Amino acid sequence: MPRSAARTGSPFTGLGPVFMKELSDHLSSVRMLVLTLFVIVFGALPVGFALQDLRNVVVSDPYLFLRIFTVTPERVGLSFILALNFIIPLMAIGLGFDSVNSEFNRRTLSRVLSQPIYRDALLLGKFLGGLVTLAVALVALWLIVLGSGLLLLGLPPRGVEVARGVGFLIVAIAYGGVWLAVAMLFSVIFRSTATSALCALGLWLFFFILWPMIASAITIGFAPAQVTSIDQYVAIQELGLALQRLSPGTLFSEAVVGLLNPETRTLGFMLPQQMRGAIPEAPLPLDQSLILIWPQLTGLIASMIVLFAVAYIVFQREEVRA
Amino acid sequence: MGNVIEARGLLKLYGSQRAVDAIDLDIHRGEIFGLLGPNGAGKTTTILMMLGLTEISGGSVQVLGFNPVSEPLEVKRRVGYLPDSVGFYDHMTARENLQYTARLLDIPRSQAGRRIMEALESVKLADVAGKRVATFSRGMRQRLGIAEIVMKQAEVAILDEPTSGLDPHATFELLEMIRGLRRAGVAVLLSSHLLDRVQSVCDRVALFNKGKIALMGTVVELANQVLGAGHPFLVEAQGTDVAVALRGVEGVQTVVPEGEGAWRVMADRDVRAAAAQRIVSAGGSLTRLADLQPSLEEVYTRYFQEARHAA
Ligand SMILES: Nc1ncnc2c1ncn2[C@@H]1O[C@H](COP(=O)(O)OP(=O)(O)OP(=O)(O)O)[C@@H](O)[C@H]1O
Ligand SMILES: [Mg+2]
Repeated sequence: MPRSAARTGSPFTGLGPVFMKELSDHLSSVRMLVLTLFVIVFGALPVGFALQDLRNVVVSDPYLFLRIFTVTPERVGLSFILALNFIIPLMAIGLGFDSVNSEFNRRTLSRVLSQPIYRDALLLGKFLGGLVTLAVALVALWLIVLGSGLLLLGLPPRGVEVARGVGFLIVAIAYGGVWLAVAMLFSVIFRSTATSALCALGLWLFFFILWPMIASAITIGFAPAQVTSIDQYVAIQELGLALQRLSPGTLFSEAVVGLLNPETRTLGFMLPQQMRGAIPEAPLPLDQSLILIWPQLTGLIASMIVLFAVAYIVFQREEVRA
Repeated sequence: MGNVIEARGLLKLYGSQRAVDAIDLDIHRGEIFGLLGPNGAGKTTTILMMLGLTEISGGSVQVLGFNPVSEPLEVKRRVGYLPDSVGFYDHMTARENLQYTARLLDIPRSQAGRRIMEALESVKLADVAGKRVATFSRGMRQRLGIAEIVMKQAEVAILDEPTSGLDPHATFELLEMIRGLRRAGVAVLLSSHLLDRVQSVCDRVALFNKGKIALMGTVVELANQVLGAGHPFLVEAQGTDVAVALRGVEGVQTVVPEGEGAWRVMADRDVRAAAAQRIVSAGGSLTRLADLQPSLEEVYTRYFQEARHAA
């Protein structure tokens, strides 16, 4: 497709039909069923145990409801948000790894692109279809958690807890969007769906297993043999944190902790004397928490947009024929 | 009448390779035009450039007065395209596949249902409209592709290798549907390397070779150009040597035996009546006297033989 010449007609022509088709394909697919089961199993486990633990809590906790998400149950050692931290990428990859190359392999791509639609609209429609599917699954999961909390704890969440929960949902969807964009990028680059799935999963494993190690190795490498000042110490710690934050999973967990643990006052590295001034255990108001996590949320959204843009550029240059 | 497609100096480079080498091409309204040539000649590339599906390296092309580079949506709204080895969504039915296309085309819902059923009827797929495309044979998929073009009410249909992989009967049916498109006033551009099958439907053809148009015109014009003007006919007779009997008949150029009791005669005018008289008076019993239509296959083979020799 020509890139240099000025085009006429709206780039969004045909976006609606593509979006609707993708959405209905996803929602009715067996794959979606499997992914949903997967999510429920992995999500239900920590939530179930967390609820059992929380029922025995005697002291009154104003944010009891939010603890369902964040508490690490004694028996499984996995909190709900930690579970989501790795399930969401898996779901997103599952929805996106074959979105463009399967059209190519089924030879539907040239037929669809010979209808009045730009490639932008096709790609965006597919992305939004996947994102909304993901959002539907996450909202459903969120409602299940909320409902079971209501039943087992026997008290309704307060308004502010619901608000923080909604914020958490938005962060989770943005996090899913990043991985969906990753998966779609690979589906544009590789004609083979297996290769594209493998690459996306490989990247996911890399960020989960290798990146923390690599980041700390780099940090140690940069650190001088003898730390002589506090400034030096802070600089090293901040380098480590900055490297960690290149992983979308880090941004997600920081943002989620900031939202669901109202006591969180800072997401960065903090020196003991800085902590001293703060009143421990005093929860922040919601707006303060939002300001706290704002960089993380925008980071997620920005990387999603950048990845999508790269996928778009690659797709634009691609030949449609086999 | 005017032209529906006009290409001028149309060029496509892949690296330094000239896949399409500065061709000029006009497709008239309401005709069936055949783009013929061996594998890799540049037929598909030419088609993709007309649809704005691949970049143009040089020259220009206008489709229905629109430029596929700057106005691709206008072109694609009016042109139907059947890619070679067309694919549909297997998990959807024939009707659902066309419904999706109808939505992409922004056909109002109130019309879409009727247009889809009419299109499916015109390609004899109405009774399997509710079946999943996964169960369709290759011929049925190809016909579904034609149905899409019919539903689209395209002014131009571009068909890439529409008959490849089809059995003779399916080919015959498909060609009949292509004629149906012409009857409906649609200009058809089709590409093929199966010459004898395509010959019967094409009003004009262009012979592609290595990205260039080697020959262009009606089949008869091409035959005259390549095989030389003339009236070839076939004689079958018993009891006499036709080669001897026809000696001296005015207009006869060559008489070549073609197997037992059959000869192939080349003349510069229609001499069949005179020839029949000669054979009978020479005591032969004439069993067959058939005018030989120039065959595209022959033109093609001969042309490329000569092209190779020249090279
Ligand atoms: N993406 C590409 N990159 C490089 N060269 C290409 C590409 N696509 C096609 N070509 C070359 O362009 C030339 C023309 O190809 P094209 O597909 O147009 O031929 P064709 O006439 O349609 O042949 P066929 O009968 O096999 O379909 C071929 O030599 C081919 O190798
Ligand atoms: Mg081809």
